[in-house]
Amino acid sequence: MNARDTTLRKTKPEWQLKLYVAGHTTKSMAALQNLKHICETHLAGRYEIEVVDLLVNPQLAAGDQILAVPTLVRKVPEPIRKIIGDLSNEERVLVGLDVRPLP
Amino acid sequence: MAQRARKKTTPRPGADAPRTLPKTPTGIAGLDEITEGGLPTGRPTLVCGAAGCGKTMLAVEFLVRGATLHGEPGVFMSFEESGGDLVANMRSLGFDLEKLQRDKLLAIDHVRIERSEIEETGEYDLEGLFIRLGHAIERIGAKRVVLDTIEALFSGLPNQAVLRAELRRLFHWLKDRGMTAIVTAERGDNTLTRYGLEEYVADCVLLLDHRIVDQVSTRRLRIVKYRGSSHGTNEYPFLIGDRGLSVLPITSPRLDQPAYAERVSTGVRGLDEMLGGQGVYRGSSVLVSGSAGTGKSSLAASFVDAACKRGDKAVFFAYEESDKQLLRNMRSIGLDLERWQKKGLLDIHASRPTLHGLEQHLVAMYETVRLVQPAVVVVDPISNLTMQDGDSLLKATLVRLIDFLKFQGVTSVFTTLTHSAPNGAVHLSDIGISSLMDSWVVLSNLEYNGERTRTVQVPKSRGMAHSNKVREFVFSDHGVDLIDVFVADQRVLTGSARQSREEQQKAAARWRERDHEQRLRQLANQRQLLDAQIAGLLAAADAREVELALAIERETAGIADAAAASARGRKQRRPS
Repeated sequence: MNARDTTLRKTKPEWQLKLYVAGHTTKSMAALQNLKHICETHLAGRYEIEVVDLLVNPQLAAGDQILAVPTLVRKVPEPIRKIIGDLSNEERVLVGLDVRPLP
Repeated sequence: MAQRARKKTTPRPGADAPRTLPKTPTGIAGLDEITEGGLPTGRPTLVCGAAGCGKTMLAVEFLVRGATLHGEPGVFMSFEESGGDLVANMRSLGFDLEKLQRDKLLAIDHVRIERSEIEETGEYDLEGLFIRLGHAIERIGAKRVVLDTIEALFSGLPNQAVLRAELRRLFHWLKDRGMTAIVTAERGDNTLTRYGLEEYVADCVLLLDHRIVDQVSTRRLRIVKYRGSSHGTNEYPFLIGDRGLSVLPITSPRLDQPAYAERVSTGVRGLDEMLGGQGVYRGSSVLVSGSAGTGKSSLAASFVDAACKRGDKAVFFAYEESDKQLLRNMRSIGLDLERWQKKGLLDIHASRPTLHGLEQHLVAMYETVRLVQPAVVVVDPISNLTMQDGDSLLKATLVRLIDFLKFQGVTSVFTTLTHSAPNGAVHLSDIGISSLMDSWVVLSNLEYNGERTRTVQVPKSRGMAHSNKVREFVFSDHGVDLIDVFVADQRVLTGSARQSREEQQKAAARWRERDHEQRLRQLANQRQLLDAQIAGLLAAADAREVELALAIERETAGIADAAAASARGRKQRRPS
C-alpha cells in the first residue's frame, strides 16, 4: 500500500489497527483520540494505528467492507474484528478488540 | 463528486412523455409500456416483493438494458449476493456482467455485513457506504444505481435510529446526484416493505408478487404508486424467460394495428365460399368454436395446410395432442402436414397446458412467432390454457396475443372447446371471446334421426360478406369439405337425413318420369284401341253396306224375276 505499511510489517507489532474515517469530522477526531488513549493505556508499545481517510482513498472502503464511519478494524491478531462508532465507551472497545484490561 | 457523470450526458428524458415527469426507460419488455416511458429519471424507485419474486432480476436487467440499449452505465450495490454469485446467476439469462464490468458499463459492489464481527460504541454514520457508492458512480460515470437489498443493513447494524436517518440521507443523496435508482426491499406482513422503506422512497413503488394457483405459479407486477405520472394500475403478469424479464402486455394498449386487404384461404373451399368466396383477411383472427369432436383441429389443420401450400410459414401450438399424434390424425383425413414440417414451413409446438401459467405460454408463443415469422398461427385450443384461471384472465391474455399477431400481420386461428348446447345453438361462453375475433366459425354437432352430423356456420366475419347459411361439414380422405344442407319442413337436414331426402327426391323424379311414360303409353294404347274400334265399326259398316247391297240386289233380282215370270206368262200368251 504505502511505505508506512511496509515498515509496519517489518516491525510486526502484536496489534495492527486500522481506523477508517471520512475527513476531519468531530466524530473522526474523537474516535482517533479515544483509540490512542485506549491503546496507550492497555497496549502500550504493542500496537500500530493506521488511519485511512476515505475521502482521500475511497477505493479502500470496499476492501474492508466499510460502511459506517468511523470504523476501527483489528487486522491483527486474527480474526478481523470491527468496531464502529467514535469509540467513546472504553469498555465496549476493549470487548470489541478482545483486549483484557490491565488491572 | 459526480462531475464526470454530469459532463457525459444530460439526463435522458422519458421516451414518450415529454410534458410530464422525465422518465428513464428500463428496457425491460413491457415495463416501459405500463409505466408509460420508464422509471422516474433521477429518482429512486422502490421494488418490493417476497423472496424469490424476481426483484434482483428486475434490478439487474434495468442496469444491463440501460448499459447496452441506452448507454447509461450503472452501479449494482449488492447487500445479499456476492459479485461472483451474481455474475454466475445472471449468465443463465444471457447477461454477461463480467464483460459489462470490463467495458466500464457496470460496477458491482458487494456490501457484506457480519453482525458478529461488529461491535458498536458511540456515534457513527454510514458515510463509508456513501463513499463507496460515490466512488463506484464516479468511476464509470453511472446514471443508474441499484441497491439490492438495502434492508440487509437492518439486521447487520444494531442502531436502527442511525440507520433510518442515514437511509433518508442516502435517498436524498441519490436524488441530488440525479441517479435513477432501484431500491429493492422485502415484502412485509402488512406493509409494502418489512422495514418501512416506502417512507423514504416515495416517488415510484413497484410491487412484485409470486402466486401459486392450482399448482401453477404466476408472477405479477403492480405499480403501487408513481408520483407525477399516470400509469397502468392493474396487476400485470410478468415472467423471467431465458432472455430476461417480460412484463405483459408487451404490445401497446392502443388499437392501431395495420389492416390488410389481402385475403387468405381457409383451406376449405366451402368455407372460403361462405366467407365471401375468398377466405379471411390476412392478419385477422379466426375463432373456431365447437364442442368435442366437431372437427376444430381438422379445420385448423386445413388452414395450416393451405398456408403451407402457398409457401407460407405456419406455427401450430397444440395443447391437446403431441405433434406425432396430430400428424397421424390429420393424415387420416388426407392432410399430409408432415411434408410441410420436413420442408421447414410448419412448426408444431406441442406442450401441456399445465406446464406453465398462461403468461408463460404467451411468452413462449411470442418468442416462437418472433423467431419463425409465420404467416399463420394456430392455437389449438385456447380453452385448455385456462384450466386454472378465470375467463377474464384468458380474455386479457388473448387480447394481447391477438394484438401482437396483428402487428406482425399474422393470421391466427384459435380453436375453443364449448360444451354442446341443444339444437346447435351458439354457446354463451363463446361470446366473450368471440367479440375479440374478426371471424367466428361455429362448428356444431347436430343430433337427429339417430345420428350425429357436423355443421358449420359463420356467425360473424368483420369486413366481408359472409353466408348466413348452415352448411354440413364432412371429412373425406382428401381433407375437409362443406356440403350444402337440405332445408326441408323448416329444419336443416344433414347426414343420412340429407342423403335420404336426396334419394327421395331422385326417386320421385324417376317415378314421375315413369308415370309420364306410362301415361303416354296408355294414351297410345287407347288410341290403338280406338283405332281398332273405329276399324271394327268401319268394317261392320262395310259389312252392312255389302249386306245391304246384296239385299237390294236380291230384292231387285226378285222383282226382276217376278217381272220376268209375268212377262213369260204374257209371252206364253203372246209370243214376243
